[in-house]
Amino acid sequence: MGSELARAVINGILGGGIYALMAVGLTLIFGVLDIINIAQGVMVVLGAYLSYALSVHLHLDLFLGLLITVPAMFAIGVIIQVAFIRPLHGSERTSMSLLASYAVAIIIEGVLYLIFGPNYVTLNASYVTNSVTLLGFHLPYIELYGFGLAVILVAALYLLLYRTRFGRSVRATMQDRTAAMLVGVDVNRVAALTYGIGVAVTAAGGMIFGATSGGFNPNSGYDLISRLLALVILAGLGSIGGALVASVFMLTIEAIVDIWQPSWSIVVFYAALVIVLLVRPAGLFGRQAARAQ
Amino acid sequence: MRAFLARAPQVVLRAAPPPLRWAASPQGMLTILVLAAAAIFPLAVTNQSTNSIAFQTLIFVCAASAWNIFSGYSGYIALGHAVFFGSGAYAAGIAAERWHVTGGAEFALLPLAAAVAALIAVPFGLIALRVRRHTFVVITIAIFFIFQLMAFNLTGVTNGTIGLNAPFLLWDPVTFDQRFYYLALGLAVATIALSWLIKGSRFGLQLRAIRDDEDRAASLGVRAMPVKLTAFGISGAITGLAGALWFFFIDQVLPQSGFDPLFDLTVALMAFLGGLGTISGPVLGALIIEPAQQYMTTAFTNSYLSQILLGALFLAVVLFVPRGLIPTVADKARGWIERRRSGGRGVAGPASADVRSSADIPASADVPARTDVPASEGTPR
Repeated sequence: MGSELARAVINGILGGGIYALMAVGLTLIFGVLDIINIAQGVMVVLGAYLSYALSVHLHLDLFLGLLITVPAMFAIGVIIQVAFIRPLHGSERTSMSLLASYAVAIIIEGVLYLIFGPNYVTLNASYVTNSVTLLGFHLPYIELYGFGLAVILVAALYLLLYRTRFGRSVRATMQDRTAAMLVGVDVNRVAALTYGIGVAVTAAGGMIFGATSGGFNPNSGYDLISRLLALVILAGLGSIGGALVASVFMLTIEAIVDIWQPSWSIVVFYAALVIVLLVRPAGLFGRQAARAQ
Repeated sequence: MRAFLARAPQVVLRAAPPPLRWAASPQGMLTILVLAAAAIFPLAVTNQSTNSIAFQTLIFVCAASAWNIFSGYSGYIALGHAVFFGSGAYAAGIAAERWHVTGGAEFALLPLAAAVAALIAVPFGLIALRVRRHTFVVITIAIFFIFQLMAFNLTGVTNGTIGLNAPFLLWDPVTFDQRFYYLALGLAVATIALSWLIKGSRFGLQLRAIRDDEDRAASLGVRAMPVKLTAFGISGAITGLAGALWFFFIDQVLPQSGFDPLFDLTVALMAFLGGLGTISGPVLGALIIEPAQQYMTTAFTNSYLSQILLGALFLAVVLFVPRGLIPTVADKARGWIERRRSGGRGVAGPASADVRSSADIPASADVPARTDVPASEGTPR
């Protein structure tokens, strides 16, 4: 029993790190652009398929392949922002941007179905199947490597946001778009690059997800996005540190419930979200929002 | 002379009683024409698959109009209405199974389906309506997934992945589709009438005041929560009723068909395509999208292609007719008439102004730009 619990906690932390990476991208996009990128889930799957294609056709190592897929996803993100998100304005911008990103998600999902079909695929490598025994637990190498990569990337994002000039303009835009514009920040450029970065992390997140989830197909995006949305709302939209905490916390709880009731573990996820929002409508770490509907 | 002739019918009509005046207006004539066409449709077209598509289109007319009564008027974009659709279907299915309802008696369960959906809307609304904008949308999605998982997991009640079957109807296959068609048509007409009644009522004005600025509406005496909750309940009840009717027609409900994420999206898309917050918008959207979708699934052997096309249509709406077809076309037509009247001098201004803010509540025009709202929301188009 005790070891099962410890195992669940370890699983939760390792999984939480990977979800944190994807959730940070989502919350970053929200903070700067004030939109929720519904396509984030299917973009993770797209990232996983890009890694899959590279490893099957070019026999490229999964981690080496990231050198190609991350810039590719970044470019896709920038293009989507410039083509579909930037033109939206007016009073219905919030709902329009939701619909636009939903439409992008549907299109990407359809294209993935056309190319790869509905069958589940997995990412294969020696370190996906092999595992190491640590403190009496069998842990696949990929989970450790993936967690390490997620930590490195989140740290890199942190440095980018808090130690560079670009990061300062991103944070300025998050705080007050108009004021940032007034002091000379090119808000459109910041928005496009942020969207690109938020999508680029899904390439890495997707590779790890594809290797650890035990199989994915184009439809996997729905499950991912609903979890990611729950995480970022739970944390408080726009809160990066909150997204990290919420990811690890929720994945751990899910893993613990999974011991007794596997089919209900995901419900706990959403139920926790509902309960937290009953108490704190702005989320755990969110600023109290006082805006018009 | 020409000007006089153009104005003459209006002069005569001003003396006529309101219903007659409405019937002679362009909207009135169009409404009567559409109704007449809808009434004779199954008599003129006896092709079974066409009638089936027509029935499902009417179900979506109901669902999109019901969605619009809440989301269109209040501005709270709900992406979880499949909760009500599925709950209505499951309520009817479970009740029929438990109480051994057979044959045509199943239709007595329709009010029950509506009541169950409305009951679900109360706690759902009390939780979700405390938050706004993005958070509200995500909460509705989350609650939707909770319901879908419950339908999968509560096997004792819902039969899990096997789903539920509707009572068998001993109807002749030809009249089967026709009867369902007229039932759905009745429900659709009632929903649209309700939507029209609400829009013109004090309640509807309160909803639209909430959409424009909830805090200001509240400070002016609108009791926001009860108003939102009532609209949510009405919207949910109609959607539940539509769900039960759809279930009787299809004969079967599964967790993934009753609680379908694409349903959430489709009703919203229909309302957006036609015009959010208008009465005819969701109807037009449903009349365009549902047959198109049904046609594409049969025309292409590859269903993924139709999915991509649906997404592309979606994007095109958002990018090119963001206010929906009805307001855009109405604006164009009004501008054209204005130009004709003024003899080609070209009148800009009222005709090209935003229909929504000018037609609804004048208060929204002088709302100061807020610092916590992104600048692009406050700037004029």
